[in-house]
Amino acid sequence: MSARVESLPRAPAVGRTGAGVGMGLATAYLSLIVLLPLAALVWHAGKAGRSSFWDAVSDPQAVSALKLTLAVSVVVCLVNAVMGTVVAWILVRDRFPGQGLVNAIIDLPFALPTIVAGLTLLALYGPNGPVGVNVAFSRTAVLLALLFVTLPFVIRTVQPVLLELDREMEEAAVSLGAGPLLTFRHIVFPNLFPAILSGVALAFARAIGEFGAVVLISGNLPFKTEVASVFIFGRIESGDAPGAAAVSVVILLISFAVLLGIGALRRWATRHDRA
Amino acid sequence: MAITGRSLTKRFGSFTALDDVSIEVAAGSLTALLGPSGSGKSTLLRVIAGLERPETGTVELDGIDVSGHAAQKRGVGFVFQHYAAFKHMTVRENVSFGLKVRRRPRDEIRRRVDELLELVQLAGWADHYPAQLSGGQRQRMALARALAVEPKVLLLDEPFGALDARVRKELRGWLRRLHDEMHVTTIFVTHDQEEAMEIADQIVLMNHGRVEQVGGPRELYEEPANEFVMSFVGPVNRFGESFVRPHDLELKIEPNGETTAGKVERIIHLGFEVRVELRLEDGRDCWAQVTREEAEQLELAPGGKIFVRPRREKIFQS
Amino acid sequence: MPKALARDADPRGRAGFARAAVSTWVLRLVGLSYLALILAAPVGLVFWRTFEHGVGPAWDAVTTPAAKHAFLVTIIIAAIAVPANTIFGVICALAIVRRRFPGKGIVNALVDLPLALSPVVVGLAFLLLYGRNGWFGSWLTEHGVQIVFALPGMILVTIFVSLPFVVREVVPVLREIGTEQEQAAATLGASGFQTFRRVTLPAIRWAVSYGVVLTTARALGEFGAVSVVSGHIVGKTETATLHVEERFQSFDYTGAYAASVVLALLAIATLLGMTLFKPKEAIR
Repeated sequence: MSARVESLPRAPAVGRTGAGVGMGLATAYLSLIVLLPLAALVWHAGKAGRSSFWDAVSDPQAVSALKLTLAVSVVVCLVNAVMGTVVAWILVRDRFPGQGLVNAIIDLPFALPTIVAGLTLLALYGPNGPVGVNVAFSRTAVLLALLFVTLPFVIRTVQPVLLELDREMEEAAVSLGAGPLLTFRHIVFPNLFPAILSGVALAFARAIGEFGAVVLISGNLPFKTEVASVFIFGRIESGDAPGAAAVSVVILLISFAVLLGIGALRRWATRHDRA
Repeated sequence: MAITGRSLTKRFGSFTALDDVSIEVAAGSLTALLGPSGSGKSTLLRVIAGLERPETGTVELDGIDVSGHAAQKRGVGFVFQHYAAFKHMTVRENVSFGLKVRRRPRDEIRRRVDELLELVQLAGWADHYPAQLSGGQRQRMALARALAVEPKVLLLDEPFGALDARVRKELRGWLRRLHDEMHVTTIFVTHDQEEAMEIADQIVLMNHGRVEQVGGPRELYEEPANEFVMSFVGPVNRFGESFVRPHDLELKIEPNGETTAGKVERIIHLGFEVRVELRLEDGRDCWAQVTREEAEQLELAPGGKIFVRPRREKIFQS
Repeated sequence: MPKALARDADPRGRAGFARAAVSTWVLRLVGLSYLALILAAPVGLVFWRTFEHGVGPAWDAVTTPAAKHAFLVTIIIAAIAVPANTIFGVICALAIVRRRFPGKGIVNALVDLPLALSPVVVGLAFLLLYGRNGWFGSWLTEHGVQIVFALPGMILVTIFVSLPFVVREVVPVLREIGTEQEQAAATLGASGFQTFRRVTLPAIRWAVSYGVVLTTARALGEFGAVSVVSGHIVGKTETATLHVEERFQSFDYTGAYAASVVLALLAIATLLGMTLFKPKEAIR
């Protein structure tokens, strides 16, 4: 009995040896599935030497694809920051029939295959669309596709924060003379901002890598509507794996840098919590 | 500023929080809204503040009907039980908020905030965040914030409810002293009758959405209007139709014709006072409150025989 | 936190009086129109288009041998990836929350990595590992094992992209429930495995279910990564998603839409699962 009591401080979630085996398995699984492929990618990117890497990355088509991807992703994040907050607001602070249904379909972009998403957008906003709008093969098409797949992110990070928000802070502001707009600007928004940033980070990471939703509707025209992921795909098909790997690594680095930046901004915005 | 509420009714769904409540608060006074949970006292306060809109009735501030005015236009200062601190702003920014909303000049704001922080003894904490403050400090900040805009009336909703007992007692006295200095009409909500009795000029005792009695602390204690008031405001022994306060039960060693016989069940020493639990010969249970000296003089012991006589008793007409 | 009161039940009109009706309607209009334009209308239209000419053509399109095989491949892949990631997910979550070990931060980051990578990059990485010129390429060719351009490769990439979900759902729940119940079980004489089976597992079952739903959705819908490693061999290494693209490129729009509708129906079933198992209320 006493032996068991002594082992209490370390919670026996699984038996001691069982845990060891489990841990070992998990580590092996992770390495095999995640770590190795990543390592292979980075290695191959640099394999042919620095100048090869640089050539692949400074290829005008690659640069154009990267610029387009970044630009559209930034716009998508801005739109999501605003519209995501609006939708979260009407789901939490408002009450209307069908609210539950609306709340459920927000997750559709998580559940729907990206290729199907692209197809549906093409059906409505493409050449045979019923409303006569045709944005296929344009940058607007890329924007639309990315807006679709990133739709849930900001909404889902803002909703719980909005729900938990202390209403009495808003009442205090009102009792001190602030109208609804001032109250939103000074009280509600600062408290939503960290959550919006979290959602934007997720949306950004998703947007710069998106492939399936974009590939049908954008037409993949080099220098015009070709996004980075499509360019990389093209390089793979041409057998230029190192070139593809090089551009992939660049995207990874940019993505990493942006996410770090957003993370730092978020930490600044929540400094009052850690004071 | 005097406050008048007339025939206020407020419902939340099927629950009636206020049932035709009327109230008069004199200018410059410190009034307590007292009552158990669900009695409607917080609702009444919020209706006066404009944070709730009543179904019927009017609210007048200094004779002006403000029933149609939103909370931001009423010039009331409101302090919440859980402080409602703007957690993303420093103490200074919190306290200046009302003044910033009113677009006061920068140095005026600075001066006034410094003054107020001195007043509430938070002078060194101006650049800290609420998360770094204790509960008592946060509430003092909330008070400073409400006072910054020179409200004509100060409303506090169970301001000390979230604090521990010792801090509560300290802040209680501190609020009274503050009020004496500033003379702002103040209404505070509490469920703690000791708190109300200690600092209020006038107590409005509420139950089930209605006003049971209005009066000073002494009046409520000594001239309760009904059984609810009497038992809420202090301890009480019930003998059928009559009610006797434990300290009004006189204990005697010898009977004298007016007394009833009884047996001492238990003696509890609570420092200065002694609580004597008794069973009377007709089977009724009661308890008396006596001083230490009296207990010694009577040589009370459990199981001993004793005679009781109520010095004062109250009977309420139904 | 202030306790729930009758007045908390009404989400509107607490600050001051009820917000001006105009701004409520404006917000509603803007929000709902956005959702309709980006989400509801396109999806609705595809359903419409598919059955425009009746159920017959749609049904025929979706029951061709190629289509049927594609769906079969998708299901096989999911049937392997989902359980694997579930078991791994629970073990990994337990390790992260209940154990101390060096490099825990790296493990955390690795688990989240699949969410940050473009699917095409994922496919590329696997090509570079298991492809002919990859790290294991020569070893695999020597032993006659075909990973890329065959089912195993497709399974591996699907496992990769759907890896994080169970872990991420279970970790916060494990953190929240703490170790007290498990400790109580230990004092009552339960072995490690018994504790796990009777105390831990029931406590995390909703989180696991939600994670499984998300993993399944991801596995069924994967496109970019399998597109790179599959080789697109019709009737052999096509998933349902690849099949949709193939039909579209072949101008068989009915076929593409029909397959899409099946996938969309699966997605809606997933949505139902998500709504059922979702850990927190997101609206009142």
